[in-house]
Amino acid sequence: MKTMNLKKWLLLPLFLAIPFSVSAKDTIKVGILHSLSGTMAISETTLKDTMLMLIDEQNKKGGLLGKQLEAVVVDPASNWPLFAEKARELLEKEKVASVFGCWTSVSRKSVLPVFEELNGLLFYPVQYEGEESSKNVFYTGAAPNQQAIPAVDYLMKDVGVKRWVLAGTDYVYPRTTNKILEAYLKAKGVKDKDIMINYTPFGHSDWQSIVSDVKKFGSTGKKTAVVSTINGDANVPFYKELANQGISAQDIPVVAFSVGEEELSGIDTRPLVGHLAAWNYFMSVDSKENDKFIDTWHKFIKDKKRVTNDPMEAHYVGFKLWVKAVQKAGTTDPDKVGKAIIGLSVPNLTGGMATMLKNHHITKPVLIGEIQDDGQLEVVWKTKGTVAGDAWSNFLPGSKDVIADWTKPINCGNYNTKTKKCSGQNL
Amino acid sequence: MCIHHTVHASYRNMKMLAVMFKILLFIGSLVSYTAAMAAQAEDDFVSGLTQLTQSDFDVKEQAIKQLAETDDERVGKVLPAMLSGSLYYVKADKTIVYIKKTDDGYALTSVLENTSLGVVSKRKIKKITVNNKLRKQLSGLIAQRGMTHHDPAVRLASVKNMISQLSQADRENIQTQLGKEQHKDVIAALNVALAMLDAEHTDKQKQLAAVKLLAESNYPESRNLLKEILIQAKAADDTTLINQVSMSLEKIQVRAERYQTIETVFFGVSLGSVLLLAAIGLAITFGVMGVINMAHGELMMIGAYTTYVVQLLMPNHIEWSLLVAIPSAFVVAGLFGVAIERGVIRFLYGRPLETLLATFGISLILQQLVRSVFSPLNRAVITPDWMSGSWQINALLSLTYNRLYIIVFSLLVFVGLLMILKKTSLGLHVRAVSQNRTMARAMGIRTEWVDAMTFGLGSGIAGIAGVALSQLTNVGPNLGQSYIIDSFMVVVFGGVGNLWGTLVAAMSLGIANKFMEPWVGAVLAKIFILVFIILFIQKRPRGLFPQKGRAAEN
Repeated sequence: MKTMNLKKWLLLPLFLAIPFSVSAKDTIKVGILHSLSGTMAISETTLKDTMLMLIDEQNKKGGLLGKQLEAVVVDPASNWPLFAEKARELLEKEKVASVFGCWTSVSRKSVLPVFEELNGLLFYPVQYEGEESSKNVFYTGAAPNQQAIPAVDYLMKDVGVKRWVLAGTDYVYPRTTNKILEAYLKAKGVKDKDIMINYTPFGHSDWQSIVSDVKKFGSTGKKTAVVSTINGDANVPFYKELANQGISAQDIPVVAFSVGEEELSGIDTRPLVGHLAAWNYFMSVDSKENDKFIDTWHKFIKDKKRVTNDPMEAHYVGFKLWVKAVQKAGTTDPDKVGKAIIGLSVPNLTGGMATMLKNHHITKPVLIGEIQDDGQLEVVWKTKGTVAGDAWSNFLPGSKDVIADWTKPINCGNYNTKTKKCSGQNL
Repeated sequence: MCIHHTVHASYRNMKMLAVMFKILLFIGSLVSYTAAMAAQAEDDFVSGLTQLTQSDFDVKEQAIKQLAETDDERVGKVLPAMLSGSLYYVKADKTIVYIKKTDDGYALTSVLENTSLGVVSKRKIKKITVNNKLRKQLSGLIAQRGMTHHDPAVRLASVKNMISQLSQADRENIQTQLGKEQHKDVIAALNVALAMLDAEHTDKQKQLAAVKLLAESNYPESRNLLKEILIQAKAADDTTLINQVSMSLEKIQVRAERYQTIETVFFGVSLGSVLLLAAIGLAITFGVMGVINMAHGELMMIGAYTTYVVQLLMPNHIEWSLLVAIPSAFVVAGLFGVAIERGVIRFLYGRPLETLLATFGISLILQQLVRSVFSPLNRAVITPDWMSGSWQINALLSLTYNRLYIIVFSLLVFVGLLMILKKTSLGLHVRAVSQNRTMARAMGIRTEWVDAMTFGLGSGIAGIAGVALSQLTNVGPNLGQSYIIDSFMVVVFGGVGNLWGTLVAAMSLGIANKFMEPWVGAVLAKIFILVFIILFIQKRPRGLFPQKGRAAEN
């Protein structure tokens, strides 16, 4: 490992020198805006590698518009204001054609004004809370109606759940998602006393009293489930405590929106076996595209044990869509690419098609998987066909009548169908 | 464990004898009717087993049902193996086998003949997967079969399973079991089951008696049943029944609240013991030496990673790995501590601000070091079986083992550290140096050496805390950051330089936090604690137990 790294470092100036000296003007620059240090490095480093792999693959196929692609990697270091600075650097100094990046909603909100001001393109690959559609952002992750709501439907219809615990980390994504879910559950006739909502700080590690409360909440004889928007590091102690207090997936299943293959690869999976996760892609899915993707990934990263996950697929789909749109437009001009990309379709990794919609979200299948002891997820349920991403939830009073449509004549990310007015803001 | 194994072994021998006997019987009386029946059962068993290799869960469900109906005694081993994930099949010929992980692969044992099939690599075999539905079916079937098991714990689990899905059809079964049962816990559970059936009886006297009896039961199912009966009684306007049920529910409620309080105190003490472990190393470096060590959390992180490495080195002895990890973590973190002290801190004594900045820098360096060596992903540290699960005192109260062990462990560490400081010559030197450095030097104490050792001791204790934390939370580069603030909070609150203060502070903060949490939620509870400490420090800047006398003057 050490010598490999050393070699890489020695060769790095060579690699850098070749494109700059020979064809500095003939490359199309692609910006990668993912944290490589700090708390979010754990999730985002993989996405940077995925993008490098996709760009490398495209270059092997002859590049784009007869030019080679060049990745420009910056490190916003899990620091939200730095995301905005780095985005500005990519767009102003590096003059990149498009940017693939961000993970947390707060980092996206932080770069949004920069992209709108400098008219750049951002492909955002992570599931999020919705309630946003910008002219300059393409949301390739799931909106709440592509993950949370189908998962609740599954629990309600197939598992027969009557009592609901909505547990989340205390920040914008869980709060908005839970608000949508609460409204949805109430619309389905679930009573107030059958819903328990709980928020915990980031990295919460002492789950004793909360799990004990969940246990009591679930002991009334009605089938109970936990819908978890608990983020990252807090998950392991949560599941451990569940297992230790004797709550198994058969009694009270937990369906999580933030636990995927990558997160599972770093933990002792025994306490999690049988619990559920809802995503739009699993590594275990059987499809030709997926086999090829995993193969390429293992060759690129030179580690057969590395897993693939949902945000990686989102980047795969986003990148393919962007390439196709550039080819269609014949240029990398953001306005023209933005126009060309709407309505384009590319195959996703689960055997279906991903189409870019007018609201800058894409179509996705929804899969529910059961966690296995090898850290993989086995599909137990999936939607028939794909679900169209909805930017503005129909279950929140404020956004019920709002739609996003970036085609003429509406051309607005926040258009009220009742008042026929475009409020023109996303925040 | 040992008893368990011998029981299993004798069980296995018995089974082997039984199989051999069966084969003899089979050859000896091929034509007889009984043999034909046995052959039929054998066929069912074999075909059921074969179907388990299919990937369709519905087929598997049917196959499990078929297996359970054969009454073949091998089923008693197949079902638990399937549930625990040790039932595999050989990819080549679809032979169903039990597996056991060994040093050079997986040892196979045939299910049908119970013979060893050698050791193969993981790629030759495939696991028979189960989903939640099958898990439920399997645990239900295992529980049903467990009613006559020789182990009372299994019988109790079986009765509990019955209580969770009780029907009038079970009455006869319960009564026969009650006649045979010797163990008092199982008898009590059976009586609850019987009372639950009687509570729905049409006979008024029986019903009232049963409702009265159920007041003593802690099972959530019986409480739910009483609530239902209350609703029915109110609908029927049956005053005597309403009174009796309300009284029973009241009694259960009172008991539930009492257990709830005990549980909350336990949660608080366990949180307190984690705080104590995290803070006690700091109580040495910060409290005794006065060094603001921002890298203290990272020393815990190093301890946790040491546990991970120890488990990597001894993959087949995970049960013992923690016992090895404790001294290793102490040594590794201690060495890091000594290196930090000799390399950086000794140049900065008396300059707290610079020490703070320098150690903060060290903490970042250590984090990035771990990211480069172990990757930024969290590492999987396995919890040994003896630390998983909980001590089930009754249906309302259970205490988790990992927390129990950590409470005991933290107290042992505390007492150990106290002994070192009070009874050893190192401790004497440490106290001497911390009270009056110049005087200690004049007495011939090598203060530099004592500084290094003291810092090493504090760091080593942080390493030990890391071992405990690896059992509770993620082992990743951010582990230290999440505990550093809490540790400082405890030491400052308890009074700098006082180990007893640290103990009292950790426990009281833990318990206060846990009592607040159900009322205001985890986020606000944390905020309230912080605000309280800020206010407290305004009033008493030297903490709960300030140092007195000459030591306090500077």
